[in-house]
Amino acid sequence: MIEIIIALLFIAGSFFLTVGALGVVRFPDFYTRMHPAGKCDTLGQSLILLGLIIYEGASFVSIKLLFIIIFIFIANPTATHALAKAAYVAGVKPWKEFRQEAGEKCHLPCDSKTARLAPTLRYCGRGDKK
Amino acid sequence: MMFLAVALVIVFTSFLVLYRAIAGPRIYDRALAVNVIGTKTVVLLALIGFIYGRPHFLDIALVYAIINFIATLAFLKYIEKGGLD
Repeated sequence: MIEIIIALLFIAGSFFLTVGALGVVRFPDFYTRMHPAGKCDTLGQSLILLGLIIYEGASFVSIKLLFIIIFIFIANPTATHALAKAAYVAGVKPWKEFRQEAGEKCHLPCDSKTARLAPTLRYCGRGDKK
Repeated sequence: MMFLAVALVIVFTSFLVLYRAIAGPRIYDRALAVNVIGTKTVVLLALIGFIYGRPHFLDIALVYAIINFIATLAFLKYIEKGGLD
């Protein structure tokens, strides 16, 4: 019974870590990449370490693991927040795509009406473009 | 066996994030990817301690978590202000 619970926790943690890594690789902008890096990693690591705590039982080792979980829950969102603030101060623009240029793919439903409604928006495509 | 499978998954996801650390268009993407890899390494160290039956690896994991956090903040301060004074 305990092994089933540990296996479920490990599977859930591995799922969250994989999804977070895919999000970091695939998302189009820096600020959107920060979302899987801040949330999925914290939750996945905490689930895997919780599985290790249940495997170990009540001992000194599990207290150390609990300290690691608490520290990760405090430190990882703080580091992500510091990264976001540093990037915002340095002038990294958020990702927008509204107007469809020739031959470029557009994810939002944008046609000439949308382009007329928002004429000041600049580019369409990947967010890393200048 | 279960620990080894989870450790292999963590190594695989670290290689996925390493792509973003190499090909990131800005320095902040690279800093984010390095932070993510470091926090995955903490769990990997704990799992290695359980695989080989040595609980002393947990101390290394705890120290590595603290070093990873401070390294990210110091790196950002170095980028932002051009120095660490």
